Amino acid sequence: MAEGITDLDMNSFDETIGSSDTPVLVDFWAEWCGPCKMIAPILEEIAVEQENIKIAKVNVDDSPDLARRYEIMSIPALIVFENGEPAKKLIGAKPKGALLEEIGEFL
Amino acid sequence: MNDIRDVIIIGSGPAGLTAAIYTARANMAPLVIEGEPSSTSDQPGGQLMLTTDVENFPGFPEGIMGPELMSNFRSQASRFGAEFITAKVTSVDFSERPFTIEVGETSYKSHTVIVSTGAQSLMLGLPNEDRLIGHGLSTCATCDGFFFRDQEIAVVGGGDSAVEEATFLTKFASKVYLVHRRDELRASKIMCQRAFDNPKIEILWNSQVAEIQGEGKLSGVILKDTLTEATRSLAVDGLFIAIGHRPNTDLFKGHLELKENGYLVTEPNSSLTKVPGVFACGDVQDDYYRQAITAAGSGCMAAIDAERWLEEHQS
Repeated sequence: MAEGITDLDMNSFDETIGSSDTPVLVDFWAEWCGPCKMIAPILEEIAVEQENIKIAKVNVDDSPDLARRYEIMSIPALIVFENGEPAKKLIGAKPKGALLEEIGEFL
Repeated sequence: MNDIRDVIIIGSGPAGLTAAIYTARANMAPLVIEGEPSSTSDQPGGQLMLTTDVENFPGFPEGIMGPELMSNFRSQASRFGAEFITAKVTSVDFSERPFTIEVGETSYKSHTVIVSTGAQSLMLGLPNEDRLIGHGLSTCATCDGFFFRDQEIAVVGGGDSAVEEATFLTKFASKVYLVHRRDELRASKIMCQRAFDNPKIEILWNSQVAEIQGEGKLSGVILKDTLTEATRSLAVDGLFIAIGHRPNTDLFKGHLELKENGYLVTEPNSSLTKVPGVFACGDVQDDYYRQAITAAGSGCMAAIDAERWLEEHQS
């Protein structure tokens, strides 16, 4: 796992998201998803560059319950959690500039 | 960067990356402007990034995953010194040499250009379509099929990609309707046979999607019978669209000659466009074969054409 990115599953999700004092951007992804692989390096860069947001990942194969809970029907899906609650949902791969713009309010 | 490159390659599917491998090995130090991440077929790596098993690319007797194949292409080009920029070209100027290519605020100059921007999937163009993407409506079966376990879904189209998607989606869905506007499929025989033999697939012949329904998420479609014009509703949880492609040539309008259907014109049996020094390869100029292997082959042709052209014009 890349520096600054946390892998979450059903056991760790609620505690990590609930106890974070900064917004957390969660990337719902899977090994078989091409566009997910394309944005992975972008998220790694954001994790290093942005101090005001944490980045976490949920593998939907390993945690289908979390995918269901947040009504994921398409990946990559990025959800920004603020105070433990989903505040913004983004669907599909995007270039870095567009992604930063979309999450600008949380940075 | 003020120096003039030998070659700039626009696009990074099988055609562009094969051209990159060949021009890199010919010491032309190619710069590949590979595109931007997206979840449509217009993205770095091209259409194969949204597929799973590629079974007809020679050299892989057990098949290979599309994204893995493209990652291999890219590594091979990198190994010989190809440079990559992960961005989209904003504009081109082919009116004088060296040619100019703008990427945002940055301008690049090159003696030759290889155009390999490929094609992207067509959408239905119906109301609700954009709004329901990611909420039951999908442009990527391999990305989203997983979320339709034990649900009923529909695939629109009758070509290879539609039939392949329908077959793939039966791994997850309890039922897959293949909605096709004609009374026979255009897909290859082997793909059709797989669909006919698959008990989960039901083909709805002479049918067209007239309306996409759903508030928060997709709930169904209205189908129109293309012969009788009769309509009926079909409740589905997922809708996958595979009705064909259009070439990514908007950038080149007014700069290169396009066919009526939007594809680039190249001279027969070569990659030459009407602008000397600009070459085209892959799906952007091929409305007939449209295979990864033919795209790769034409990428090799473009690389050799560019190399020879440069030799003849450098002095």
